[in-house]
Amino acid sequence: MPSRLFFDNLGAILTYAVVGTLWNAFTTGVALWGLQQAGLVAPRVQAGLLDFLLFGSLISAVDPVAVLAVFEEVHVNETLFIIVFGESLLNDAVTVVLYKVCNSFVEMGSANVQATDYLKGIASLFVVSLGGAAVGLVFAFLLALTTRFTKRVRIIEPLLVFLLAYAAYLTAEMASLSAILAVTMCGLGCKKYVEANISHKSRTAVKYTMKTLASCAETVIFMLLGISAVDSSKWAWDSGLVLGTLFFILFFRALGVVLQTWVLNQFRLVPLDKIDQVVMSYGGLRGAVAFALVILLDRTKVPAKDYFVATTIVVVFFTVIVQGLTIKPLVKWLKVKRSEHHKPTLNQELHEHTFDHILAAVEDVVGHHGYHYWRDRWEQFDKKYLSQLLMRRSAYRIRDQIWDVYYRLNIRDAISFVDQGGHILSSAGLTLPSMPSRNSVAETSVTNLLRESGSGACLDLQVIDTVRSGRDREDAAMHHLLCGGLYKPRRRYKASCGRHFISEDAQERQDKEVFQQNMKRRLESFKSTKHNICFTKSKPRLRKAGHKKKDGVANAEATNGKPPRDLGFQDTAAVILTVESEEEESDSSETEKEDDEGIIFVARATSEVLQEGKVSGSLEVCPSPRIIPPSPTCAEKELPWKSGQGDLAVYVSSETTKIVPVDMQTGWNQSISSLESLASPPCTQAPTLTRLPPHPLGIEEPQVPPDLSSDPRSSFAFPPSLAKAGRSRSESSADIPQQQELQPLMGHKDHTHLSPGTANSHWCIQFNRGSRL
Amino acid sequence: MGSRSSHAALIPDADHIRRETGFSQASLLRLYHRFRALDRNQKGYLSRVDLQQIGALAVNPLGDRIIDSFFPDGSQRVDFSGFARVLAHFRPVDEEDSRIQDLKQPEPLNSRMNKLRFAFQLYDLDRDGKISRNEMLQVLRLMVGVQVTEEQLESIADRTVQEADEDGDGAVSFLEFTKSLEKMNIEQKMSIRILK
Repeated sequence: MPSRLFFDNLGAILTYAVVGTLWNAFTTGVALWGLQQAGLVAPRVQAGLLDFLLFGSLISAVDPVAVLAVFEEVHVNETLFIIVFGESLLNDAVTVVLYKVCNSFVEMGSANVQATDYLKGIASLFVVSLGGAAVGLVFAFLLALTTRFTKRVRIIEPLLVFLLAYAAYLTAEMASLSAILAVTMCGLGCKKYVEANISHKSRTAVKYTMKTLASCAETVIFMLLGISAVDSSKWAWDSGLVLGTLFFILFFRALGVVLQTWVLNQFRLVPLDKIDQVVMSYGGLRGAVAFALVILLDRTKVPAKDYFVATTIVVVFFTVIVQGLTIKPLVKWLKVKRSEHHKPTLNQELHEHTFDHILAAVEDVVGHHGYHYWRDRWEQFDKKYLSQLLMRRSAYRIRDQIWDVYYRLNIRDAISFVDQGGHILSSAGLTLPSMPSRNSVAETSVTNLLRESGSGACLDLQVIDTVRSGRDREDAAMHHLLCGGLYKPRRRYKASCGRHFISEDAQERQDKEVFQQNMKRRLESFKSTKHNICFTKSKPRLRKAGHKKKDGVANAEATNGKPPRDLGFQDTAAVILTVESEEEESDSSETEKEDDEGIIFVARATSEVLQEGKVSGSLEVCPSPRIIPPSPTCAEKELPWKSGQGDLAVYVSSETTKIVPVDMQTGWNQSISSLESLASPPCTQAPTLTRLPPHPLGIEEPQVPPDLSSDPRSSFAFPPSLAKAGRSRSESSADIPQQQELQPLMGHKDHTHLSPGTANSHWCIQFNRGSRL
Repeated sequence: MGSRSSHAALIPDADHIRRETGFSQASLLRLYHRFRALDRNQKGYLSRVDLQQIGALAVNPLGDRIIDSFFPDGSQRVDFSGFARVLAHFRPVDEEDSRIQDLKQPEPLNSRMNKLRFAFQLYDLDRDGKISRNEMLQVLRLMVGVQVTEEQLESIADRTVQEADEDGDGAVSFLEFTKSLEKMNIEQKMSIRILK
């Protein structure tokens, strides 16, 4: 079930579920009672108003099983589907409460019902629904938390999912709360975390097992229904009642839908049009829940039970068979907007993100706190607390949609390529669009794959083993990186006052990062375009140069060195700005000291840091033996910017796109050795980090490639990440280099809040040093 | 309310703007108040600095580009009508509007084509009517965090352009852009309800 759609349309869903069901129940009950009063219902049906209300309450609930079964066939557009399906899920609470209330009224006898009982009934509605939801959420939390630790016992993951979800159901049932709501909320709440935490195989197992079980359960239910229909001792027929019920449920549902939609359309962005309403009212199928409830009636208390049972059976059969069968032709005839199951294109994914950002920006310009605002706040909270608590660290970093899309596209391409008889290993000039021609595909050893996928991509080792080609894995790694890297659209600051005093927050780190980039760009736009061009080009160049080092350490150093350098070249204003934001980022980065913090893109003080980040990211991907130009000296670095040389950029870009096989071996060995040697746990970061500050500014540049030993810090910082990545450990890796980078930038910051003032001064100093270099 | 009507009178060219953008009176008034609030020194127009003051925009990856879109043709000032014109792109599409298409009138600003054109212009910085691979790469770089390497970005940019590019010129023209997004519900994705 698509959760985002569900929450987007939650208002509509709740309206239909609660108001709609109540409306249906009352009107049907009253209408039937009126029918009886009018004499159309045989007098042998002894039922009073309350009995009819009871009957109305149980017959009015739309059944999720039936809806799902039918709509899955029909493939209407997602909004329509989610509204009907969501309604059927959430109306369970209303149905249960109504049923119980009416039942107890009937049992008490209508004479004894008092006003307080009505109030109690209404209160119990809230208790049942919210209580059920709360139970579900508790179990969702438990489930997410336990799956976080199942890395070594993958086999029990599906079991955990089933058991805890079922436990949620049972618990709610025990407490007489709404069990369906509990299970729904459990699923909704834990989906994101569990999906990230459990292995791919477990995911598949859960999915298909659930589908099978659900099919079985549906079948059994309807079999029971059918058998009961045949067993005539259980029911008694009354035509008036049956026909009346059929008519009324259809009529009142349609009426209810129309009325509610009219109200809802005042508030919705995309109104539900008439055709949607037709489908919604026609798609209100009753199912087994109604049957189960009617069977449970106490014959002594409700003498008309048998008639009700017969009516219910007929109603259920009618809605499921007649309505269910005809809804597909109806949908086609009415030309309902169908769901477009298109293959996800990278374009769409990317543009969707762009639009999200644009919308957020425009909302900011207009000064509007809309739905997006609250969504953002929730996502902020989630990112800050929940995800870190509930998601495995390695999974935490790798979440993004564009990545998934790209990954799938590439996998598809690779598979189709091989299917067409192509031999990947020999493909020099692949026609696959997104592939830069890479010879590295030739290396398909596990370590190579590990290396590449160790880019921080949390690919299970199992997954790695099953992937067929190195390229796939590369792509997968790339995808994961990109995914994790995409900025989430608009966040809102809680305190939008000074830019300097923002709390540690991943989102805010991203914000700072973006802010840095923006500031930088703005300043650049001040300068000549030439500088702009060369700047942007030199960015990749620097990155590449950084990460083209043959060992991770040098990279770390180099990258650390770069940012200060870059800053030095900019206006002081920019520097100061970046400083301040950096300090914020360092603050926030401190919170991510632990490996658990996996936000890759966080804590980039400046865009240079960003570069570093990218470098480190790429480092993790492949501490690969790319040929790099001799470590650029300060002077060299200055040159491109000042003189606007594009050649270096060109040089770099060609480099980047090619993996030079020659050096591969050496690079390989180096990376492997660094992986082995740098298996030191990340905790050593902390001490090393403090040592960073003296290094970066002046020293990095000249030091670049080979000084592994000279900088134990960086060796620590980097290799752990590499090692971890390589070993598919779910420890954070990207953080380490990031933090490293931050550290130097921030100067001697210990891992506590630094006052902006000192930060500034540190920064400025460092920048000056950089510029002097 | 009485005050509202007197405020409405303050909006210069209110009728003209309303006709052009299609905003309701209430929305226009709201926008005008916002315009005035953003215009710190009561200059009567907005400059880039004013828009950059919006804190949240600074941390939006596309913030700068959005700000630039308010200043078409390189001007440095935007008056209220220009402000409203840009924001009109984000008005939700009215059902009635889409049906009653008066062929003589220009397309309303919030039509799907115009929304797409707005988005297209955000990508196409040099206004040559095409999104080159470089421009795509720049946008990607904007939107992606630091841990993605340049090569990966480049390959993604390559692929993106390749997917959309039909005539093989290595760039995405506006038509190709719209075609690649034909399945996306632009009317919903690029609308802000409050601007109805």
